[in-house]
Amino acid sequence: MRDTFVRCLEAYAKEHQELVLVTGDLGFGVLRNYIAQFPERFINAGISEQAMMSMAAGLALEGKTVVVYSIGNFPTLRCLEQIRNCCAYHNANVKIVCVGAGFVYGTLGMTHHATEDMSALRMLPGVRVYAPADALETEAVMPLFLSEPGVAYLRIGRGGEPHCHEAGEIRGYQTGKALEQFSGTDAYLLTAGGILPSAIEAAKLLKAEGKCVGVASFPTIKPLDEEYLASICKKVSTLFTVEEHTIIGGFGGAVCECVSGFKENRARVVRLGLNDTYCAIVGNQAYLEKQFGLDGPGIADKVRRVLSGVE
Amino acid sequence: MSNQKSLELAYKIRLHGLEMTNRGGTSHIGSIFSMADFLAVLYADVVNVNPKEPKMPSRDRVLLSKGHAGAGVYAALAESGFFPVKELETHCQNGSRLSGHVSHKGVPGVEASTGSLGQGMPMAMGMAMAAKLNHEKHRVYCIIGDGECDEGAIWESALIAHQFKLDNFIVTIDFNKIQSLAPVEDTIALEPMDDKWRSFGWHVIRVDGHDHTALHEAYEEAKAAMGQGKPIVVIADTIKGKGVSFMENDVLWHYRTARGEEYDAALKELEAHKP
Repeated sequence: MRDTFVRCLEAYAKEHQELVLVTGDLGFGVLRNYIAQFPERFINAGISEQAMMSMAAGLALEGKTVVVYSIGNFPTLRCLEQIRNCCAYHNANVKIVCVGAGFVYGTLGMTHHATEDMSALRMLPGVRVYAPADALETEAVMPLFLSEPGVAYLRIGRGGEPHCHEAGEIRGYQTGKALEQFSGTDAYLLTAGGILPSAIEAAKLLKAEGKCVGVASFPTIKPLDEEYLASICKKVSTLFTVEEHTIIGGFGGAVCECVSGFKENRARVVRLGLNDTYCAIVGNQAYLEKQFGLDGPGIADKVRRVLSGVE
Repeated sequence: MSNQKSLELAYKIRLHGLEMTNRGGTSHIGSIFSMADFLAVLYADVVNVNPKEPKMPSRDRVLLSKGHAGAGVYAALAESGFFPVKELETHCQNGSRLSGHVSHKGVPGVEASTGSLGQGMPMAMGMAMAAKLNHEKHRVYCIIGDGECDEGAIWESALIAHQFKLDNFIVTIDFNKIQSLAPVEDTIALEPMDDKWRSFGWHVIRVDGHDHTALHEAYEEAKAAMGQGKPIVVIADTIKGKGVSFMENDVLWHYRTARGEEYDAALKELEAHKP
């Protein structure tokens, strides 16, 4: 995802002289090509996220499209008020990129787990939130992320994520649209971000047992695809949200807020993710996903228990 | 340069500030009074702004980072022709566009909304950086408070502005020596202030913030420093509550609203010094 992001960024920068990339002293190696091509449109603000984010707003108010690049919680929680006041309230063209969604930097410890960022960013008025699942979804959202006016947030993995889509499969993607992997009749697994392969694996395990569970990815969690949610609520009575993130106020929270507002066909929403906890366990991304029941078998087990009435 | 225009504007800023905070029952009169003189010098004689074309691309940008003194900026803008002086009466009233902390929403001449300290300065720095990227010749002026210098983002910005040689960036510090609860030196000490900024690589000008002749000279020096590769800080030694004897150097007037006899007495003192 990260390399795709940079490739798309470079392509956009070639066509848009107003684009400026600001980093908080991160992106070693990753940004090399961009810097070589556009040295005058690269600013390293140092390890100064608060000033960096306000500065980005100032640049944007002068006509720049400012991409702010950092990792983990640094471009979000560290400078949340600057995003709110300086960027969002001023409707500044600031595009915030977090590399290291969820447990991508698992072994580095909880400071580097981005597990509350979607909640924090989606609560801010006027901020769009993108959480693509793989390189192809990243490619699909990038032009929208960069070109639509105002503040947008993109959370991506580090790289090497499995492709969940065929090349060319996602055509004409629009902000706020869900991408259905396959339809279901018993329940749906809905995901945001790089956890999608686990949901697909779970659905396959359940299929072998005769349960038809649909899977859909939400590359945009704000705005949320309400139309799609309404359509699947007509088909099934249980939705599972899966995110490598807190279940409070993030993707699962967004789905709950939406579905609970439906006049009819309100499905039960079961949220999988971190349940009001930090992760103090040391391990890589796959290991930590398993610890929190977010691997394929863990998700399948949860679905089984809920659909059988145990939970 | 004659001081007449700036002295008259400073007088009006203080009168409006007193009246606006009285009408709105709001705070920060001490902070409005301390910056009234250099704010008046800036708007009367220094910055290139055009009330007929508030978004003129070549204009100097002026940002108030100590947003709580917004009434002073509204007064300066209204008296400079950006919007009717009459509108100042709506300050902090229900449905007004003039909020206590300075707002840019629908207010001609205000570049950015501030009020959360430590955010206006880096925003202004971003504007100065954009001017450099675009090879534009205008300057960016920013006013910060001394208490605001407790904020880490002020010093982050001080480092960044130096690194990027933003000599089109002129920061004025309203060094009135009193912050929210107590004197600055008893809270989070800032002296030696000059040395701090100088060691951060800034062009430092220290000036009596109520002496209009000295302020004009200070800003002339600041403007002349463009091209020398250093951001500029004008450290204005000021008196909190300047202009009304019983408000001066008293932390009470960070919050208190002048009402009744106090209002009348303050008004009388100001009017007695009409330029």
